[in-house]
Amino acid sequence: MTAALAFDHVSCAFAERNGGGRYIAVKDTSFAVAPGEFVSVVGPTGCGKSTLLNVAAGLLAPSAGRVLVDGAPLAAINSRAGYMFQSEALMPWRSALANVIAGLEFRHMAREESAARARDWLRRVGLTGFEDRYPHQLSGGMRKRVALAQTLILDPQMLLMDEPFSALDIQTRQLMENELLELWSADRKSVLFITHDLEEAIALSDRVIVLSAAPETHPLGEFGIDLPRPRDVAEIRMSPRFVELHEAIWRVLKSEVLKGYAQAKR
Amino acid sequence: MRKRSADARISRGRLALYQALLVGTLFAFWYLMTEPILISEASAKNTAFFFGRPLQVIKVVIEWFVGGKIYPHLAITLWETLLAFAIGSVLGLTIGLWLALAPTASAIAEPYITAFNAMPRVILAPIFAVWFGLGVLSKVALGVTLVFFIVFFNVYQGVKEVSPVVLANARMLGASKRQLLRYIYLPSATSWVFSSLHTSVGMAFVGAVVGEYLGSARGVGYLILQAEGVFDINTVIAGILVLTLFALLLDFAVTKIEARLLVWRPKAAEAAEL
Repeated sequence: MTAALAFDHVSCAFAERNGGGRYIAVKDTSFAVAPGEFVSVVGPTGCGKSTLLNVAAGLLAPSAGRVLVDGAPLAAINSRAGYMFQSEALMPWRSALANVIAGLEFRHMAREESAARARDWLRRVGLTGFEDRYPHQLSGGMRKRVALAQTLILDPQMLLMDEPFSALDIQTRQLMENELLELWSADRKSVLFITHDLEEAIALSDRVIVLSAAPETHPLGEFGIDLPRPRDVAEIRMSPRFVELHEAIWRVLKSEVLKGYAQAKR
Repeated sequence: MRKRSADARISRGRLALYQALLVGTLFAFWYLMTEPILISEASAKNTAFFFGRPLQVIKVVIEWFVGGKIYPHLAITLWETLLAFAIGSVLGLTIGLWLALAPTASAIAEPYITAFNAMPRVILAPIFAVWFGLGVLSKVALGVTLVFFIVFFNVYQGVKEVSPVVLANARMLGASKRQLLRYIYLPSATSWVFSSLHTSVGMAFVGAVVGEYLGSARGVGYLILQAEGVFDINTVIAGILVLTLFALLLDFAVTKIEARLLVWRPKAAEAAEL
């Protein structure tokens, strides 16, 4: 079976800001996401996780190696992917409804039909009655829901998520995680989920990939998560298997986190 | 919630009272210094020649509005202001967008734009008078040179500061280059145009009035110029008063329009209504 998304020996280098040298953010990374699979990538802060995701999205061309989408090398924007950003990505001058419509508008869909679909998606993310609110009039969690609806309305084959819930408080976050799982289980898109939160990664995923600390980030290990679905992200944290997995992955991750921390202090 | 500023300490009514007292005292002082009440007839005549007499000024203003003589002049000045604002904004928006999105063109044009902006553009008025005559056009041209730069710099800055995440998001949602321009750059740039609305409308007004003052056949600036020619200081001051009132009205209108157009902007301390 062809992978939905595959990194094939991908490296990313950036010109150093203080002249001269090259900073190698990602080095020789290869892994794949199967169709319908939920894969999380964890790693210490600043290790180049977002760089990997931008490469998968086609927003950034790798310095070496390539990305394969359904077996075909990616050359431009990855049109089969929906991307949820870590920071605010909604257009502040558009209402919630108009933000959700945007993607359909770019595809020249008729106004009434796209509005009807957008209303339906806002309902599915629990935002009926907030159609005419502008982003600044919504709470952080509501804005994330709008962003989720904005992405999912285009029915992408795969979802790229860059710590989408990291700015939310813990309760809202768990609610959103459960909602994400519910939406995901409905049609099983491939998901590449980036996070620095190991618990979040285990609770959501089928597989967790651990990255090394910066620079020259590369995968250190892969862990299959054999927890039963459907899951409740709050409850599953209590299960003994979860704790076991957490311990096993943390053993690998810990030294990298310490390395990353030491670098950040310098 | 009420803002805790000066008006929290002084009540609104009192504030208005003090403000009225201030302007009243000023007018009283002006009146006493130009009428032969406290000072001699000769010196009163003397001061009145230079400063005018408040009652005379008010009389001129009332006559203008009751007799209807002022309206065509005001209409001309307003028309010039609006034209200068509209043309200057459209030019500033277009060229600002273009230069912000074309790094090479912007690098070439940069020193000249800086130079042109540094130049005191009011001195272009005589040239415009030669090019466009003494009618509306020369005033509009002057206003346009003033408005253009305000809008231009705002748009330029606005485009440079479009959030890269919003941009990346739109690209991921499938926006083409043209759609990015229309749906991201343009709205974001226009919002900067609107936020400079007060300054640019004010500048368009300055362009119109200064243009009229330097040579024209109609407009409020022309009225002032005529009165000044015959040392009719009362009419000059009346003209200034009318211009000031008019500018305030214009500013008020702009505030109203701005509130309509920028509803999506978060205000300083806005609690979300339930």
